[in-house]
Amino acid sequence: MHGLINRTIQCFAQDTYDASVWGAAVAAAGLKTTEFEAMLAYDDSTTLAVLKALSDEVGTPSEVILEDIGTYLVTHKNCEAVRRLLRFGGVDFIEFLHSLDDLPDRTRLAVAELELPKLELREHSIEQFSVSVEGRVRGFAAVLMGVLRAMADDYGALVFLERLASRSGVEIIEIRVIETAFAAGRGFELGVRTG
Amino acid sequence: MSSMRQKDLAELFDLFCPMHLQLDETGHITHVGPVLQKLRPDSVLVGRRFMELFELRRPRAVTSMSQLLESAKVKLHMRFRDAPQTDLKGVLAPLPDGQGAVVNLSFGISLMDAVRDYALTSTDFAVTDLAIEMLYLVEAKSAAMEASRTLNLRLQGAKIAAEEQAFTDTLTGLKNRRAMDHVLERLTGSERTFALMHLDLDYFKAVNDTLGHAAGDHVLQNVARVMVEETRKEDTVARVGGDEFVIIFDELTDRKMLAKVAERIIKKLEEPMPFGEHLCHISASCGTVLSVGYEHPSAAEILADADLALYASKNAGRAQHRFFSKNMREAGIGAIAASKTPANAKPDAPQERRRS
Repeated sequence: MHGLINRTIQCFAQDTYDASVWGAAVAAAGLKTTEFEAMLAYDDSTTLAVLKALSDEVGTPSEVILEDIGTYLVTHKNCEAVRRLLRFGGVDFIEFLHSLDDLPDRTRLAVAELELPKLELREHSIEQFSVSVEGRVRGFAAVLMGVLRAMADDYGALVFLERLASRSGVEIIEIRVIETAFAAGRGFELGVRTG
Repeated sequence: MSSMRQKDLAELFDLFCPMHLQLDETGHITHVGPVLQKLRPDSVLVGRRFMELFELRRPRAVTSMSQLLESAKVKLHMRFRDAPQTDLKGVLAPLPDGQGAVVNLSFGISLMDAVRDYALTSTDFAVTDLAIEMLYLVEAKSAAMEASRTLNLRLQGAKIAAEEQAFTDTLTGLKNRRAMDHVLERLTGSERTFALMHLDLDYFKAVNDTLGHAAGDHVLQNVARVMVEETRKEDTVARVGGDEFVIIFDELTDRKMLAKVAERIIKKLEEPMPFGEHLCHISASCGTVLSVGYEHPSAAEILADADLALYASKNAGRAQHRFFSKNMREAGIGAIAASKTPANAKPDAPQERRRS
């Protein structure tokens, strides 16, 4: 797994809980270091082990932790760059949904080695969508749930999300957009520099 | 061209090229694309002369509409005459029958400044325009570069720390044998002059044997401190063996000065060093070689000669300093053998007593 993913788990744990929780999780997972390097690659097993250890440490199912990581990526001030990059996807939430198909390619343009699962949006009606998540390891759909929920807030849209049981390695999220301009949302200016 | 057709054309251009202008045959603006108008929200652009509004930077020397029409299909570099000036790229296409022209504009590389200066949004760009993708890439790449930069800094820090460790004697904090070899190799390969002093502690074994290793370590740390204090920052002080040290004096070959340094070090080392309730008594013998005595100095030769000078000092009764001289080489083997039994030593070279 790419270091950026491991690093995200680390920052999430440190920012959401504290350094001692992260330290305990890393120790339980049998890792030699407490710091992941964002630009190095790690074994998938390392990522899975540290996720499980974190889940045990805080007593929360890993599915919930993954969804919280998705929300963290969009809402935490330390991840402002991620939110901005996602907002480039479209001017409203519907356009953003349509940009999901391109997300893995967009990501690769920025960091060539960062492999994200294949995403495919289906439009069932003007308000009913589903997105399929097909990756090497399970769990990305849970993260995407958190991302979608937080991005809907970011755009000021009112949506219902539901994760369906996965079939043959493909995870499905159902999205119902009740209203695209439900609340004011957060601003997005093209020309603002972030750290 | 009928007015109806002109209106259709304007709508079409507004969609495809929201930063375009239409000019009449005299070079006056007849229509402005919505985004170009957004750049000058408080000015009426329609009716103004194109050349009054913009400064054409390339091709230069274009002042009239007829000259402008001659620049059709050529890449135009221009900017606003008033602030913010914003560099623009453009291209002009003449309308048929001398009815004027259409000019399409773009920000080019000034895009980053433009979106900031004019608070542009995604909807200000044509759907086919790659500007948003470019902005996305700039941000994404900056973030990725920042992550790489952080990693590079950390790796560099770790590398420096590892090198420091590899070149440092952990007990005394002095340079180690490897570091000394490095410095000596560099100096012998250069034109720089230097002196190399080889020091060996006297009576150190007695301290170790009677008071233990802790006392020995304590003494070595003290010795290191003395040597660092008595030398300059640019000199290299290394512990090259158990109780053996080498000092390399960079660009110092003055015999008097070197003899003085050796004398001071020996004197300071002879001051009893307290360890717990005990006092440790040691001294040192030194031998020094000057790089100026060689045509092509080699590290091995210099070290061997410093060794000879050191053993000459030992032979002479320890706690002394000698400069290397060529006749030590002939007497070399005998001198080293004799140093094992200093009582029988009869050095040939004239002695340089440390207290003359």
